[in-house]
Parts: sequence; C-alpha cells; structure tokens
Amino acid sequence: MSLRDQISGIIETEPVTLFMKGTPSFVACGNSQRALTALRSAGAPVTAVDILPDPRFRQELSSISGWPTIPQVFVKGELVGGADIVEELAANGELERKLTDALGDGYRDERAERVVALEAA
Amino acid sequence: MASEPLQALLEQAFPDATELSVLDRTGGGDHFQVTVASPRFEGLSLVDQHRLVYDALAAPLADGSIHELRIKTKGTT
Repeated sequence: MSLRDQISGIIETEPVTLFMKGTPSFVACGNSQRALTALRSAGAPVTAVDILPDPRFRQELSSISGWPTIPQVFVKGELVGGADIVEELAANGELERKLTDALGDGYRDERAERVVALEAA
Repeated sequence: MASEPLQALLEQAFPDATELSVLDRTGGGDHFQVTVASPRFEGLSLVDQHRLVYDALAAPLADGSIHELRIKTKGTT
C-alpha cells in the first residue's frame, strides 16, 4: 500500500490519531508531549503514529492535511489541530465535547493507547 | 532569524490586527510564540485560524528558519 493510502487509511479509520515525533512511551518532542497530555486528560483513545523513522512520512502527511507542523491530531478523519489547539480545546472542555460528539458517550471505555507503524514503500 | 521579519510578514497578512506579537521563546531565533487578534478570525474554526497564520509564515516555515511555532489566535469581539 502506498504511504499516502496508509496515512489516509489510518486517519479515516482510527477514532483518534496523533501523528507525533516518537511514541507515547518515548516522546521525542515537547509539542508532541503537549498534545498527548491534552488528549489523555480528555480520556481520548489515542492511536499514535511516529513520523520520525522516515522524512517522507511527514512530507506525505502534511501534503494530505495541508498542515505544516507536527504533531497533528485527527478525530474520525477530521483535523482537529496541532498542540496549541488541542491544548486550548482540552482546557476549555471542547475537546471532550468533540470526542463525545464523534465517538459517543462511552469513548472513555476504550481509552487504551496503541501505536501504528507506517511502512516506507 | 530575528522576530522582526516574522512580525512584518504577519502585519502584512493581518493589517487589521488589534493585537500582534512575535516572541522568541528561547532567544535562539527559531522557537517562536505568535499571538494574533484579528476580525478575520471571526466565525472561523481554530484550525482555519491557524492555517491563516501558517499561510502568512509559509516561507520561513518551508526554509526551516522556524523550528517551532506556537500560535495563539483570537477574534476581536
């Protein structure tokens, strides 16, 4: 599968996707940590994708999303934003509302974090 | 890079801004905090507000002179 199809597929099928530098257990960037912390505070079921292993991962992601920086957070296929936005939405309660709207009231029940790896074509 | 060129790009993109600042967070010239309040943001989602700021700073983002950018946008009402 092409890199573009892999990334698009993850964005469309995962409830909450965090494209980040590193992984939740080994975060390699302060802004990725800020986004992860904000998502955790809202109880989001995070699927994390590390963009560091290959520079093409980030290029392809930004080409799809039109968003130039990392991290990037998607909920059900929709770009929610980067670290600043996710932090702001978590602080004012809108993130939880957005997650409830998109995933239903029970979204916290499935809060296990997981990591999905991209494969360079 | 210094904050001033970024400030100039933003002033160009948001001539009607009621608040506009660029802060060099680390003093190293590559980690910036940008704050913009503009009537252009009214009715836009945060994603679309930030996209306007990214558009204004597309050149320094693309050539790597901005390593990290924090953005705070606000409407004016």
